[in-house]
Amino acid sequence: MRKNALSDEILMAVEKPARYLGNEYNAYHKDFDEYPVKAVFCFPDVYEIGTANLGMQIIYEQFNENPEAMCDRVYSPWFDLDKVLREKKIPLFAVETQRPVRDFDLLLITLSYEMCYTNVLQILDLSQIPLLSKDRTEEDPIIFGGGACAYNPEPIADFFDVFYIGESETQYDQVIEVIKKAKKQGLTRLQTLEALADIEGLYIPAFYEAFYKEDGTIGSFLPVNPHAKEKVKKQAADMRKDLPYPHRPLVPYERGMMDRASLEVMRGCIRGCRFCQAGMIYRPQRNRDLDFLKQAAKDMLEATGYEEINLGSLSSSDYSELKDLLDFLVPYCEERKINIGIPSLRIDAFSLDVMSRIQDIKKTSLTFAPEAGSQRLRDIINKGLTEEEILEGARQAFSGGWNKVKLYFMLGQPMETDDDVSAIPVLADKIARVYYETVPKEMRQGKCQIQASTSFFVPKPMTPFQWAAMQSSDEFIRKAKLVKEGILSQLNRKSLIYHYHDDHQTELEGLLARGDRRVGKTILRAYEKGCIYDAWNEHLKYELWLQAMEETGVTFDFYNYREREEDEIFPWDFIDIGVTKGFMLKEWRKAKQGLTTPNCREHCSGCGAACYPGGVCYENKD
Amino acid sequence: MKIRIKFQKQGNLKFIGHLDVMRTFQKLNRRAGIDIRYSGGFSPHQQMSFATPLGLGLTSSGEYVDFDMNSVPDKKTFLQMLNDVNVEEMRLLDACLLPDDAKNAMSLLAAADYTLTFREGHKIEEGFYEAFEAFLSKDSIPAVKKTKTGFREVDLKQQIRRAERRPEGLFLQLDTGSVSNCKPEFVMETFYETWGKDYDPFMFMINRDELYGEEEGKLKKLIEYGSDF
Ligand code: SF4
Repeated sequence: MRKNALSDEILMAVEKPARYLGNEYNAYHKDFDEYPVKAVFCFPDVYEIGTANLGMQIIYEQFNENPEAMCDRVYSPWFDLDKVLREKKIPLFAVETQRPVRDFDLLLITLSYEMCYTNVLQILDLSQIPLLSKDRTEEDPIIFGGGACAYNPEPIADFFDVFYIGESETQYDQVIEVIKKAKKQGLTRLQTLEALADIEGLYIPAFYEAFYKEDGTIGSFLPVNPHAKEKVKKQAADMRKDLPYPHRPLVPYERGMMDRASLEVMRGCIRGCRFCQAGMIYRPQRNRDLDFLKQAAKDMLEATGYEEINLGSLSSSDYSELKDLLDFLVPYCEERKINIGIPSLRIDAFSLDVMSRIQDIKKTSLTFAPEAGSQRLRDIINKGLTEEEILEGARQAFSGGWNKVKLYFMLGQPMETDDDVSAIPVLADKIARVYYETVPKEMRQGKCQIQASTSFFVPKPMTPFQWAAMQSSDEFIRKAKLVKEGILSQLNRKSLIYHYHDDHQTELEGLLARGDRRVGKTILRAYEKGCIYDAWNEHLKYELWLQAMEETGVTFDFYNYREREEDEIFPWDFIDIGVTKGFMLKEWRKAKQGLTTPNCREHCSGCGAACYPGGVCYENKD
Repeated sequence: MKIRIKFQKQGNLKFIGHLDVMRTFQKLNRRAGIDIRYSGGFSPHQQMSFATPLGLGLTSSGEYVDFDMNSVPDKKTFLQMLNDVNVEEMRLLDACLLPDDAKNAMSLLAAADYTLTFREGHKIEEGFYEAFEAFLSKDSIPAVKKTKTGFREVDLKQQIRRAERRPEGLFLQLDTGSVSNCKPEFVMETFYETWGKDYDPFMFMINRDELYGEEEGKLKKLIEYGSDF
């Protein structure tokens, strides 16, 4: 039996030792010495969150299916173990082999949200790997970053050797090939990075240099190595192909964030919500094959014994074969007493019928994401959802037996006025009124419950709102108070609940999402001051972040509060996501005029993503 | 139809708590596709009951769980169906078919066997076994046990059924169950206190070897309450 990296004394002393054991059912446990390319995959947050991540499961599968590679895993040690590792100078280890992370050839870090950046530094630090790419030697692993945050990698460019821009399925086999050859031929680290730069979609930050204008904006951003391309092209997989998928996902012993199988029915989204980064970077919308999904669902449930399967996508109602998939899945799961979860369904007669079959309607709530309270603002953000649709959906749901509704909104979107903000409680109240009108007194089980939540808006890179100014913390809080007061003055206020998301976290998220290379120093300084687990509100040390900003000369004024000129060069402009900057600019201008844009199925707007094969752009065309 | 299963919990599974073991069984049973009975209602549960939780940090080669089944194949097939989709560290060792009126494992429970071995890097202290023998030969061994509501005085002498020095380490047979319950860690802690030495909870690795019920003053292994199938 392999020996644990930690003694029993340590394991018994830390919370949830199973986080560090790597002994889950379905773990690959490939032998370290047997394969030429040794990779370790990292999710820079705590184990329960990391194991639930589908992207991680796909890469883990893809690497381990490759006959030349083995792939282990590592997650952020929780505070208790972090302390022990530092005190006892135990190098951070991969969970399956229990070997130090620094012994591997590749460390692949997935970046799902900006607030994990200090955890990336924690991982490198505890692994005893130099934090800065330029300080690493031939002995150190090559550090890869990927995932949603890689679409603006600049704030963390100093910490990574390579970024993989886009979906993992297309290029990692080639990466494995290059690493294998490089090791065999004894290439230097620089030569290996140059060979990697030749692969489309890979970005080596050290091969580029940014020059700044006097006003602080970027003057130019240019390759300084002959292997570096001027533009790095996003990778999008052709979903019609038989792609790697975790047919036998890991089964953690401890209750995770998601104790269930996840079935990704499609990628991308046909709706062009102007605030939504995922909606742009994953364009074009691509369906997975129905038979593939049926098989994957069966395989996963049989191989894990999970009691729940979750259909994942940005907007599942837009999956073209949803009805057929559910006609298969609902009876299959009913027979086996398996629950089905389908978040992100649009509320209509079809989805209500489906939900009444798969859920306990007394317990579940209905979810709408109007994102804005007024129709005016919903048009500006291009959220194709009208008040009539919301109220009609609610009416049908209430007659069907539901009495709980959740509403999601964002505060601080561009062009938002106080009237738009005040429309939020009014909409919530209208829904409550529909309940009392629709459901006769004798049928009611108490009051209905309308829960409105607001988050604060971050204008994200690679969206039509990338030019917009982000609002300040004070403004956010003022607006949240406006909503709160509004709720309290409604007729049905006793049926309404209101929550809002933390403003400090959002401000920092804005900085980290929109920043350039100069923000890297701030992140490093914040980490040195003791910031980790910033994504956990209770662990965010906002004051330390403010100090780090001050000491490194980085301000919210420049990065967050400033509306950017139409011709400004963005730090992320060198990444080509298919969707063109020209299209996004057109969308930004249309937003200012309150004009909407139809979704991809209604009418193609020629955004540029048609350069990728096999998606909605070619529906009904072949 | 009730089936009793004997299983092991070895290696790193000693770090997995009882609730997680229960959840692991639920998934194992689904993977194996055995015909276990479910409760009614909107979120049906598998009908399963465990003899007694094992303390965190202990291994075991004698854990028990009772299943309520709709139907079962023969024992060999049944065990194989489960072990084929199981982790090695939680292997099922044996099973028996219980009579319809059988009491469940938890209510039968009377005693458990434990083997304590010295952990790597921890040496047997001089005079350990002699001192332990002296400890046991007293007429009564009063000890104060922490309970949920406060403290309670117990006589360990009444709860330790057997203690032997064996080649692999120290063997203890202790009262277990709802009437009288005694844990090996508590015995060792009390012993070290009496001996006047510091107790290091990591000195021993503890394995539970077997669980028993009691019939007419005689111990009976839980697996012996049913028949082959
Ligand atoms: S090219 Fe047209 S159909 Fe394709 S993603 Fe862009 S707008 Fe949609």
